[in-house]
Amino acid sequence: MLFRKEHFLAMFDEMRLGDRARQPYEAYENWFHGQDPARLNEKSQDAEKVFRRTGITFAVYGEAEAAERLIPFDIVPRILSGKEWRRLVQGIEQRVQALNAFLYDIYHRQEILRAGRIPKEIIACNEAFLPEMIGVRPPGGVYTHIIGVDIVRTAEDEFYVLEDNARTPSGVSYMLENRETMMQLFPELFQKVKVLPVENYPQLLRDSLAAVRPANCDGSPTIAVLTPGSFNSAYFEHAFLADQMGVELVEGPDLRVVDGRVAMRTTQGYKSIDVLYRRVDDDFLDPLTFNPDSVLGVPGIMDVYRAGNIAIANAPGTGIADDKAIYSYMPEIVEFYTGRKAILRNVPTWRCSEPASLSHVLDNLHELVVKEVHGSGGYGMLVGPAASAKEREAFAAKLKARPANYIAQPTLSLSTCPVLTESGLAPRHVDLRPFVLVSDRIRTVPGGLTRVALKEGSLVVNSSQGGGTKDTWVLDD
Amino acid sequence: MLLGRAANGLYWMHRYIERAENMARLVDTGHRLALTQTGTASDEWISVLTSAGAREAFEQEERPHDTASVTDFLLRDLSNPSSVMASMETARMNARMVRTALTRETWESINEAWMALRRMLMRPVDERDLPAVLDAIKRETALIRGAFHGTMLRNEIFDFAQLGTLIERADNTARILDVKYYVLLPSVAWVGSPLDNHQWQTILRSVSAQRSYRWIYEGYEPTSIADYLILNRRMPRSLAFCYRGICDALEFLAEEYGTRHQSHDMAAAKREKLRSASVSDIFEEGLHEFLKDFIRDNGALGDQIATDYRFY
Repeated sequence: MLFRKEHFLAMFDEMRLGDRARQPYEAYENWFHGQDPARLNEKSQDAEKVFRRTGITFAVYGEAEAAERLIPFDIVPRILSGKEWRRLVQGIEQRVQALNAFLYDIYHRQEILRAGRIPKEIIACNEAFLPEMIGVRPPGGVYTHIIGVDIVRTAEDEFYVLEDNARTPSGVSYMLENRETMMQLFPELFQKVKVLPVENYPQLLRDSLAAVRPANCDGSPTIAVLTPGSFNSAYFEHAFLADQMGVELVEGPDLRVVDGRVAMRTTQGYKSIDVLYRRVDDDFLDPLTFNPDSVLGVPGIMDVYRAGNIAIANAPGTGIADDKAIYSYMPEIVEFYTGRKAILRNVPTWRCSEPASLSHVLDNLHELVVKEVHGSGGYGMLVGPAASAKEREAFAAKLKARPANYIAQPTLSLSTCPVLTESGLAPRHVDLRPFVLVSDRIRTVPGGLTRVALKEGSLVVNSSQGGGTKDTWVLDD
Repeated sequence: MLLGRAANGLYWMHRYIERAENMARLVDTGHRLALTQTGTASDEWISVLTSAGAREAFEQEERPHDTASVTDFLLRDLSNPSSVMASMETARMNARMVRTALTRETWESINEAWMALRRMLMRPVDERDLPAVLDAIKRETALIRGAFHGTMLRNEIFDFAQLGTLIERADNTARILDVKYYVLLPSVAWVGSPLDNHQWQTILRSVSAQRSYRWIYEGYEPTSIADYLILNRRMPRSLAFCYRGICDALEFLAEEYGTRHQSHDMAAAKREKLRSASVSDIFEEGLHEFLKDFIRDNGALGDQIATDYRFY
């Protein structure tokens, strides 16, 4: 596989093209020029107060002093035209269908392995593959119900999927609160620019979860959100979603298996649950099946699940679909299950397990990003352009020793979007995470979470490393 | 439907908010006495510590019973689980845990109180700033109560919160009385002495009742003060008032759930006793004995509620 690096060099700005605003930003820019910069800076500070008062914080592990921090919020929205959005949605829908088909297949007949489209080892030796799920049919046949697809843009028509978050994607509460905050700060702006609403996401989530209730549940299902607890970094989001959906927020110690059902301890005794939206990792879900030391899960829940008496979203074992090694096969996976070429492109990925790719990667380390197949959170990776010759040399040795452990990708030039700084607007790199719900049908809300690297020139948008967020607008045009 | 853990969180959240408020009032009273009665200042601080149930913990370290040390221990010290700051931390932690049961206004009022008090109590409080800080604590807790009463649906969530508030309040009032019970005893030698007058006012001040007392009773009589704080059903910090509210909350729960528990009988018996007894009955029984039993039974009721409603 060879890719031309020219694809990734030009810097694309979401707002401006030369000296003009791009079409989706025309109305916003008009409004912006009529604003007093001092007032905008004030509004920016107001936003921070709103977030702090509401307690929209996240915990940073290992930082006792700043145990609760705010994710910085930038008041300049990320804007997509309706046309851009519709194209993305087509691509995303195709992708999540393929992901679910792939998961069903991998835990049943494994046709894709038999067809030789992806190598067997990649599944067999993968920690994210749960043998306990073989032959289990989840309620509704759905494995990954809530997906956050990370998308980056490099040019007008160039969108790439960076990652499929098919396990427990987070950030949707920020999508909702960012909009809420923007509407509080600039009500007049929403009169001028017609933005499609996102506020029905909790209702859609509830409908979507209700639709995968177990077959033996008739009537309105009891739904609960399972959180690891109030010390978890994403606790705000867990509480927020439970609250907005009007369902219970439960913790492991609230639950136990009673008469073959998972039940929660209420003030009137145990009440069984039909659908569990869990924000606890597979490994902690059931101490009888997985990590025996876990106190976050429910002993015996996997037996209830296998008996078809509870729906778990997302299903255990979905991690096999968003693994980095699998990611590189997504174009093949999409084509295998949908019969069509993938609408959304993958970032070109070299699998170092293949000798030709390995030698290409070794020759071009200075312009590639090399990642561990099973790594996450930016650990154990090499960013070629930023590394010293010595670091690259050391990494090359590791690569040669265990080539199958690595993949490599070009350093993408992510699009930029302006943020408000003290000296006016300045471009910063952004990505986009739209949220998709899969059950009886696919539901999306027009928007998502735009993460922005607040440091000038930085490509790292992660909130744990100085990233911020923006409200994401899809225009009603 | 309410999770047992959530009921527990609501109950303790409100106990700790109530505790923080009462602590501010106790410190206020202690400070007032320390200003006016220099000779016995340390005695007064000792009785404040005892009323707060914090004397033993305070004396584990070598430190003087003076305004600076005692107020610091009762307001800021996180090693003292009943200090105002520790109480607010616990209250907020519980509120965060039961956040889905609270209105946005209630949650924000707690969060803002926590932020404001944390800022204010970051450093030791200068004695000159003490009145302002105590006022702020009372104001912040009042704002929480206002948001809670103004926006919360009167359902089981409200009932468990009320139980927490009222059980804590009854415990506080009973302790304040018990620490000073000897000045209420009708001992001929003491009656009418300036010392007694002061002590009585101290008691009333600790429960914010120094003015309202005079609307109802003429002159300071130990029996009137005891009557007011124990039996008067209109006085919002009296034992009788608290038990009326506790029984109401438990009755609502019984109605909603269609089940009665042991805690209903316990609360009803206590309420009945507070309704039918007269002050002279109580003095006959022995004020100290009465209060000691009350504090014990009140605690037992809290435990029974936790069992009956599956807090754990």
